[in-house]
Amino acid sequence: MRRITGWLLCTVAALVLLFSYKTSTMGPGGGISAIAAGADDTGGDPGTTGRPGSAATSDSGSTRSGSAAGAGRYDGSVAQTRWGPVQVRITASGGKITGIDALQVPDGNFRDRQINDYAVPILRQEALAAQSAEIDTVSGATVTSDGYRESLQAAIDAAHLR
Amino acid sequence: MGTVELARRAWVVQVMGLPVSVHLRGPDVRTDAVAARVERLFAELREVDATFSTYRPESVLGRLGGRMPDPATAAPAVREVVELCELARARTGGRFDARRLPLPSGGVGFDPSGLVKGWAIGRAARWLGDLPDHDLCLNAGGDVLLRTGADRPGWRVGIEDPDRPGRLLDVLTRHDGAVATSGTARRGAHIVDPRTGRPATALRSVTVAGPDLLWADVYATAAVARGADALDWLATLDGHEALLVDAAGRVGATPGWPGR
Repeated sequence: MRRITGWLLCTVAALVLLFSYKTSTMGPGGGISAIAAGADDTGGDPGTTGRPGSAATSDSGSTRSGSAAGAGRYDGSVAQTRWGPVQVRITASGGKITGIDALQVPDGNFRDRQINDYAVPILRQEALAAQSAEIDTVSGATVTSDGYRESLQAAIDAAHLR
Repeated sequence: MGTVELARRAWVVQVMGLPVSVHLRGPDVRTDAVAARVERLFAELREVDATFSTYRPESVLGRLGGRMPDPATAAPAVREVVELCELARARTGGRFDARRLPLPSGGVGFDPSGLVKGWAIGRAARWLGDLPDHDLCLNAGGDVLLRTGADRPGWRVGIEDPDRPGRLLDVLTRHDGAVATSGTARRGAHIVDPRTGRPATALRSVTVAGPDLLWADVYATAAVARGADALDWLATLDGHEALLVDAAGRVGATPGWPGR
């Protein structure tokens, strides 16, 4: 379980780095943004214990909430990027990512919105690419031949076609 | 953890209008003998399509133009499908009804396609069913059939979020049986409620896990057609569990659903 939790936290960190990279390389000047490393301890649902001792995530730069080990929501720390604060939340079940959302993105002006429109979908794609290695197949409403090429199943198949 | 990584190999073929992928784990996946068996499986699916496709005017069903084949004179496989369609209609309280469906050529008539896929996949899987020490994961356009030898890890099946393709609602670990999903995500509203003749829109998707792909798929389709009270009905099906998403995006599951 510690291994799974660690993997999730690495993913949170990697996603924040990715986001920072995309935003900083798209802007003029190309300055490298600083990543805040401290934990953001404001998450955690009322009514849950927040972090059971066995999960031991509180010292790793993320906040975990939820009832079962390997499940729940993991909030990344707030990263100060060139364009403003960025924070992501990963939803996990059974030790696997089931969703990823940007909790905070810079939205001060038109250019920032453009950046977010571009970067947030990439965030999700990267998370799913990382996750697809952890599932063997995908069940979903009928995939036609046309839709297959962009599907997660196609990515899984491609990894094993030899 | 600590288990030896089994050799794994995949094959993907477009057949029956679907991407069908076969994944095998085991010591012989690189051998010609195993590849030949996989090829037999795909060849059988092509034969099924040539017989049952309602998109092909020259197929047995295409020539009938929406009339139900006469079980007394039909070939054994066609008779079996007609009888299974009738059984499916009885088991779903008429919510799966192959007799009055919109046909590709226009009009309304007999179209068993919603059952043929699961039937054909389950039947064709026998080409790989007697390979000792090999595990099978067969995915036909989002419907999954699984077989795993004793003492080996199950397959991890992601359940796709119908509103955000590529994201997962849940992940199941299963050794055997089937996971089938029906819904409106990929092709718009394409499941018709046989009682009204209109597209069913109350549910976005229904996933059914059970012992057999044909029935998991039929029950998932019937549940979408049923709509609002589908979850209560699904909970009455012995040996099956279900996860669904309604039109408002709410997620529900039967009490025994293993993933949540």
